[in-house]
Amino acid sequence: MLTATIFLPLLGAIIAGLFGNRLGSRVSQLVTVIPLLVSAILSCFLLYHFGWTGETQTVNLFTWINVESLEISWVIYFDTLTAVMVFVVTLVSGMVHVYSIGYMSKDPHIPRFMSYLSLFTFFMLMLVTSNNLLQMFFGWEGVGLCSYLLIGFWFKKNSANAAAIKAFIVNRIGDFGFILGILAVFYFFETLQFAEIFKIAPDIAGKTFLFLGMEVDILTTICLLLFVGAMGKSAQIGLHTWLPDAMEGPTPVSALIHAATMVTAGVFMVVRLSPMFEYAPFALTIITIIGASTAFFAATIGLTQWDIKRVIAYSTCSQLGYMFFAVGVGAYPAAIFHLMTHAFFKALLFLGSGSVIHGMHDEQDMRKMGGLFSKMKITGSLMWIGSLALAGVPLFSGYYSKDIILESAFASHTGAGLLAYWAGIMAAFMTAFYSWRLLFLTFHGSSRVEENVLDKVHESPPIMLIPLLVLGLGAVLSGWFAVDYFVGDKMDQFWGSSILMLDDIIEKAHHIPGWAILLPTVVGVIGIISAWVLYIKSPSIIPRITAMTGPVYKFIYNKWYFDELYELLFVRPCFYLGRGFWRSGDVYVIDTVGPNGIAESVLNLAKRAGKVQSGYLYHYAFAMMIGVLILITWFLFGFFQ
Amino acid sequence: MQTFPVLSLTIFLPLIGVLFILLVRGNDETAARNARYAALWTSIATFIVSIFLWINFDVGTADFQFVEKHQWIPAYQIYYHLGVDGISMLFVLLSTALTPLCVLASWKVIKERVREYMIAFLILETMMVGTFSSLDFLLFYVFFEGSLIPMFIIIGVWGGERRVYSAFKFFLFTLTGSVLLLVALMTIHFQAGTTDIPTLLNFDIPVEMQPWLWIAFFASFAVKMPMWPVHTWLPDAHVEAPTAGSVILAGVLLKMGGYGFLRFSLPMLPIASEQFTPLIYTLSVIAIIYTSLVALAQEDMKKLIAYSSVAHMGFVTIGIFTSTVYGIQGGIFQMLSHGVISAALFLCVGVVYDRMHTREISRYGGLIERMPKYSVVFMVFMLGAVGLPGTGGFIGEFLVLLGAFQVNTWVALLATSGIVLGAAYMLFMYRRVIFGELKRVDLKGIMDLEAREIVIFTPLIILVLWMGLWPQPFLQVMDASVLNLMHNYQNALSAVDVTGLSNR
Repeated sequence: MLTATIFLPLLGAIIAGLFGNRLGSRVSQLVTVIPLLVSAILSCFLLYHFGWTGETQTVNLFTWINVESLEISWVIYFDTLTAVMVFVVTLVSGMVHVYSIGYMSKDPHIPRFMSYLSLFTFFMLMLVTSNNLLQMFFGWEGVGLCSYLLIGFWFKKNSANAAAIKAFIVNRIGDFGFILGILAVFYFFETLQFAEIFKIAPDIAGKTFLFLGMEVDILTTICLLLFVGAMGKSAQIGLHTWLPDAMEGPTPVSALIHAATMVTAGVFMVVRLSPMFEYAPFALTIITIIGASTAFFAATIGLTQWDIKRVIAYSTCSQLGYMFFAVGVGAYPAAIFHLMTHAFFKALLFLGSGSVIHGMHDEQDMRKMGGLFSKMKITGSLMWIGSLALAGVPLFSGYYSKDIILESAFASHTGAGLLAYWAGIMAAFMTAFYSWRLLFLTFHGSSRVEENVLDKVHESPPIMLIPLLVLGLGAVLSGWFAVDYFVGDKMDQFWGSSILMLDDIIEKAHHIPGWAILLPTVVGVIGIISAWVLYIKSPSIIPRITAMTGPVYKFIYNKWYFDELYELLFVRPCFYLGRGFWRSGDVYVIDTVGPNGIAESVLNLAKRAGKVQSGYLYHYAFAMMIGVLILITWFLFGFFQ
Repeated sequence: MQTFPVLSLTIFLPLIGVLFILLVRGNDETAARNARYAALWTSIATFIVSIFLWINFDVGTADFQFVEKHQWIPAYQIYYHLGVDGISMLFVLLSTALTPLCVLASWKVIKERVREYMIAFLILETMMVGTFSSLDFLLFYVFFEGSLIPMFIIIGVWGGERRVYSAFKFFLFTLTGSVLLLVALMTIHFQAGTTDIPTLLNFDIPVEMQPWLWIAFFASFAVKMPMWPVHTWLPDAHVEAPTAGSVILAGVLLKMGGYGFLRFSLPMLPIASEQFTPLIYTLSVIAIIYTSLVALAQEDMKKLIAYSSVAHMGFVTIGIFTSTVYGIQGGIFQMLSHGVISAALFLCVGVVYDRMHTREISRYGGLIERMPKYSVVFMVFMLGAVGLPGTGGFIGEFLVLLGAFQVNTWVALLATSGIVLGAAYMLFMYRRVIFGELKRVDLKGIMDLEAREIVIFTPLIILVLWMGLWPQPFLQVMDASVLNLMHNYQNALSAVDVTGLSNR
């Protein structure tokens, strides 16, 4: 059953990928959707089984690499953490597959699209079912590849191609850290198997080694290097620039890859390695700070964007920040809890916005929307549900998971933890604000839709709405349903041995002052109300605010100028250096001094040698005499000394 | 002793094909066709024979296998001595596997002097297999240098516009190195009285001579690899060579340098190798970063891939000189996988070159619309070159880095940066050629892969994925020999340490 759950998507991907054009669009859709739905159903049983028993299970497939003490096999490893991830991945992926049938119905490349989606799911499953770092890296790169392929799916668009390359390369910069982390792990642990690493980790804690000429703490270095990888994949501040651009891909892709699953791989990785990260407190502090900064900074940008998908993209970025600072303060279950609820409501929001875009005939600019609720009642209501969950309104799923994260941050009583708490509170306010800004701009208020488009605006077909309903159900119920198991009384039994927490932070989080518990909800509500005031009640205030905060607004609107900075610092110098090395290094210095130079001097020499042969007898005689003279001198002085 | 001379057969079978082609008479058309088929069948037969080598290869021992030994120049203790071990066996296979593909790739493109062309390739195959299976230094030298001549002719006769310049540059660079190698060969013969490689492997060359010999070896092998800064012949040679020439050049000839380091420098001159390791690291790291950046600036597809080869070979030299099991196995594996991947990439360039007669990246764009199959094939090899896990390119690079990290974290760090740059230049090229809108009028009628081309690419794709997903069969072959090499190397070093201490 384990093997089937993992390999069914691959089967679908291969069939649709290789024979898709011959089978036609409809068959390709069926051969990918059905295996995935089967996988999703199986994963429910698996979650029930592993969550209930807390046991683990490993299926060895075959040896991958075996060189000296490096022994890696292809495996499928299951524990509760894996089961949760497999459940989330297959369920969301299954819904996205179904949704794509409707969303992509007019695309000429349906088999290719479905094949990529299934392939992505397979790689994601390889990532989460690994019991060693290398197979995890295999899945890690595999999902990166599929993300690249899917962002650039509409290959005629230059912006899509640029975004695809950017995503791949920024992720590679993250991988740079990841690989070095793996190398360092192997150097000290002589193994890449998680179980063995975790056994040795406590002994290595606190020891130092010489890295790049500096004496550094081993575990801190390893964890930070691995975290760089996580930053790339999970779009944390500094390496986040690819995520908003990735919205160039089709919307189902954004929902699946860039909201629910792939971008959370970084969080998953850190949680999976919790028995190692727990012994590297300094690394955890750094993670907390980076997570908190991302949560805050991405939310500010979300306030100003006009593209409906970009708002949600920055929101994703910000929510990932929450997950990371949860990890940073040691509240791993809370991070995974938020990962799951977020997967549901964010996929819902993306697919909902996709439904809007579909109904608006590919319009993404919210300035050209408004008052759509009457035309798209179901989509609109579901978007409301998604936003309620995202803003953390009580009883919706986001409320449970976000609150426990903020409470844990507060309960940690460290500087970084408190910083994260306050950054999180501010971000929570902004989250509620931009979510309702999005809702009001799109569905309510006066219509700004262009005349000729207005008549054609329509609600999406059932094939797209049913997945939305399923995800909406998840967004409403998953928090309430899972809270006891994930972070409540049944926590220890549920997680079993899959997560290690040295400090019972979750327990402490239940005992913080009442105001700290209430505050997130309060700021959320304030955020919603202020959005209502500014966008529905008196819209005239907005331009005044923008004008008043001129430079700040511009700074935020232009995404803090990260792209421009990188362009200036890295992209251009690389091309400049490349051309420089080539023209002046290879062509000018090496070739001129080397082959061409030598060839020229040989020619020169030959010409001169030619001149010596003048044909005059006395020239030769003179040369002979000089020769004899030199010989004699050499014999006389050379020998007798 | 071996009863049946399999290695000799593998080496000289192509020459039988040559003989056959020479005997063929008839008008140009039939002669050309016969030459093509003769070359194809002989090279396939050779490949099949070499498969027997792999099947019958005993992975449990580090000894040379399939050994043949006959008197050659008895007065000087020079033998006709053949044999393969875990280090060389797979290179023999690489050579025999690529040759039939080269013949197929040249099927339609080469229209003039077909007989001579095919003869050159078959002779080249003999030289390549001979190089990797010689167990006598002089014999090795003959094959090693002999491989230059057919390649020189292939570039010089069937090459592009600046073929003569490129051919001479190629020849002069490599020959300069070879002269020094010959000097080193003679010096060793004076010292040891023999050129028999197994004997030399157990012969202690005086410590004070080692650096000089090492430099002489280095001059030859570094040019072949090629290492920075003696790499400038490679882009020119690739650009001008016909597709199949590039395939062999990148696929096999470059590997002779790495093979040389492994067969001669490391085991025969361990002390000097250890001394010069920092030099190798420096040059390799420069090669990786410098040539990757240069590749980023290229406008010519073949040049870009040529520069990427230099960067990939940088990984190989780092791996070999980490003198760890991971590094060396990684280095060998990287050579094999690069042999497949770069060969395939040049074939990919060849496909569009045959149709459009240009290699300018900017002349293409949007090919995916007309050539979906080609795009998939190109994508697979591009990802292999980028070193994506699951392709052969990853295993080699990863093992090399694993070895490097054990020895020197700076080297590991800088070499790892190569994977970021590597992704950059490959993806940019792929995007500009394959993606985007098909705007150029002359591209509107371009045809997708034909059956012959699919036949060429299918085995290569299978190989790349096989090497990435289940590399064990390849790694197993090397295991015993690399361990043995390491063992002797460490022993030699510790012996010097002991004497060094006693001298104090």
